[in-house]
Amino acid sequence: MSEPAAAEWVNPLRDERDRRLPRIAGPCALVIFGVTGDLARRKLMPAVYDLANRGLLPPGFALIGFARRDWVDEDFGRIVHDAVKANSRTPFREEVWQRLAEGIRFVQGSFDDDDAFAQLATTLAELDKIRGTGGNHAFYLSIPPASFPVVCSQLSRSGLAGSENGRWSRVVIEKPFGHDLTSARALNAVVGEVFPEDSVFRIDHYLGKETVQNILAMRFANQLFDPLWNAHYVDHVQITMAEDIGLGGRAGYYDGIGAARDVIQNHLLQLLAFIAMEEPISFDPAELRAEKIKVLSATRLAEPLDETTARGQYVAGWQNGGEVVGLHEEQGFAPDSTTETFAAITCEINTRRWAGVPFYLRTGKRLGRRVTEIAIVFKRAPHLPFDDTMTTELGQNALVIRVQPDEGVTLRFGSKVPGSSMEVRDVNMDFSYGQAFTESSPEAYERLILDVLLGEPSLFPVDEEVELSWKILDPVLEHWAAHGVPEPYEAGTWGPPSADEMLRRSGREWRRP
Amino acid sequence: MRVQLRNATAIDIGKKLVELRRNGGVVTQGRVLTLVVCTDGGRGLEPAIAAATAAAREHPCRVIVVGRVNDGDVPRMDAEIRLGGDAGASEVLILALHGPLADHQESVIVPFLLPDTPIVVWWPTSPPEVPAKDPVGRLAVRRLTDATNDADPMAAIASRRAGYTPGDTDLAWGRITYWRALLVSALDQAPHEPIESARVSGLANEPALDLLAGWLASRIDGPVQRAIGKLRVELRTRSQTIELVRPQDGRVATLKRTGKPDSLITLARRDSWECLAEELRRLDPDEVYHSALNGISKVEYV
Repeated sequence: MSEPAAAEWVNPLRDERDRRLPRIAGPCALVIFGVTGDLARRKLMPAVYDLANRGLLPPGFALIGFARRDWVDEDFGRIVHDAVKANSRTPFREEVWQRLAEGIRFVQGSFDDDDAFAQLATTLAELDKIRGTGGNHAFYLSIPPASFPVVCSQLSRSGLAGSENGRWSRVVIEKPFGHDLTSARALNAVVGEVFPEDSVFRIDHYLGKETVQNILAMRFANQLFDPLWNAHYVDHVQITMAEDIGLGGRAGYYDGIGAARDVIQNHLLQLLAFIAMEEPISFDPAELRAEKIKVLSATRLAEPLDETTARGQYVAGWQNGGEVVGLHEEQGFAPDSTTETFAAITCEINTRRWAGVPFYLRTGKRLGRRVTEIAIVFKRAPHLPFDDTMTTELGQNALVIRVQPDEGVTLRFGSKVPGSSMEVRDVNMDFSYGQAFTESSPEAYERLILDVLLGEPSLFPVDEEVELSWKILDPVLEHWAAHGVPEPYEAGTWGPPSADEMLRRSGREWRRP
Repeated sequence: MRVQLRNATAIDIGKKLVELRRNGGVVTQGRVLTLVVCTDGGRGLEPAIAAATAAAREHPCRVIVVGRVNDGDVPRMDAEIRLGGDAGASEVLILALHGPLADHQESVIVPFLLPDTPIVVWWPTSPPEVPAKDPVGRLAVRRLTDATNDADPMAAIASRRAGYTPGDTDLAWGRITYWRALLVSALDQAPHEPIESARVSGLANEPALDLLAGWLASRIDGPVQRAIGKLRVELRTRSQTIELVRPQDGRVATLKRTGKPDSLITLARRDSWECLAEELRRLDPDEVYHSALNGISKVEYV
């Protein structure tokens, strides 16, 4: 409970009608563990700079790096500087950088080093004094989950994990949130022991994307789509996240994890929840979460798993104008690795709205191109008053949400081909973010880091959602572990034949995204 | 690409636009609004076009710039169409109205308004007294003025109140958005005390500061002063002073609070295009701006 005075305080300058006022985070410091990692350099540091450049960070903001490297503040500052220059979205402005650089610190140490955490606590206390960060600290754990327990207990031991006297302490964690239900529960328990659930921010960067947030706007702000959004009109739903890159250099993380755990458990099931959930009674974080939890609780894998799932492993091939090696030849992978690089599953949602509508989820590496999209494929018209020859080229109507790249929405329907005969062919109606809002939709990480600093939880999955996702996925993981090996597919194609077979059984086929 | 049409009718221009679109493959479906810029001749024409083009990078729109040329009594219209690289993400249509036609701007604008999208009109200089009653202003959902460009900015911003209709905004208001945001978030911090008095000082010809003072006067229960001098905003509560200061032409401001370390913030004066882009983000009336206008009458000028 916050103190009563704070609860009654109403800032006289605030007005909810004042919507042009940007939300600036209050005084705080962000501590990044694992600053030497790829994610920190490519995404986190640039996002912090972009926020600063947009004027959304508090005056006196501090950024602290924690790693084993033998660096001083300036070395770390230079790393951040280079990372920002190379990867920031907004233009580099020296004066913004100077302000940010003043608050950059580095603490050297390993996670089991008590002195390093004592040093971290001292550094933070010093920053509270000279930068006015007010004892508000966010800890970004950009580190393997195996290190979570030690870091959490170190934070707790050095008195950094508590939120009291109007100060806050928040922890940000990245996937993987465990590798099955049991381990996810264990991980939640470890973090939960030190940080209360409302101080834990699980990053699923897909939820920071404008296109994903737009699913809610599209579904619940429009009258047009809602009547169609159910089993009466929808034939099936396809959610695809394809990557064209391979796994060179990522063996340490990926081997033994595989595509289903890496992508389906978090990103794709979250997308499924956004598409399938009922309307929340408000956009309050708790209401949103309640609907997501409801729909995830109603979601199961379609059986029998042999026929409704598929998995594959890429082998050498030609892609994007170059020859690429197969997984077994990638550095760090055993020649007999059974880690899947392609996974497809079929979910059914046992609610009145969705009964009988399969949700096909697929993801993979080394596929045709990098694309994430959600296709809602509608049933065919029950009766076509045309001759067969007139509609041979008419497919099923579809609404496609293009999550990335080329963000937007496509509606596909049949239209008459100009000419004297009646012939109907599919056409696309297109909405593109690039055209309607042009540049500058913020990067997902910008939005999510700002939300962490503001303490705004709506875009972060909670422990229950994570556990429910594992509950959905666990049966197929166990099934795959017990039966057979992944089917090979050539790099640059759209996955193994069994994936196509899995849809063909019910007379459907994958869209080529 | 720039195409000039001399002594043209709206029909000629419309045909040319369609032709350019077909041949050049330029699409306009994504355009979200029509921005009409009413200028009074040569003065400030190119800066206004540049600002509109820059703002259009965030909000792809059709920009129609209307300029009046007072040269005798033969009505005539010259036009220039800018597309592609010369117009950023938008298409710009510049119409120079000669003779008596200059008094009938709305008649040439109507055919070029994009169907079923909002219209915003902007007078970079010399706005009508009541923007909503102006023949062009009547077409628009949002009407933007800029007191900064007026000969007497302080008088101009004070006079906006009399002519106010929901949907009006002065660009001076957008110049202080970040100042306001910083003050609001500074006040979010403990100790949570009501503001007892406030003081805003700066250049006499910076109407944004009059609006800032007016906004404070509308929000707090206590005296608000507006002074001429150093660029500085000060809020006083029972036990602390919150101060935001910046050198007049500086890009970095200092936030000072009693008992807290000073902090530096990047806070450069915003360009017109940034303010314009901010206005285009919201197409509903800004009620808080209206209260700020009303607040100006409560401000004590010292």
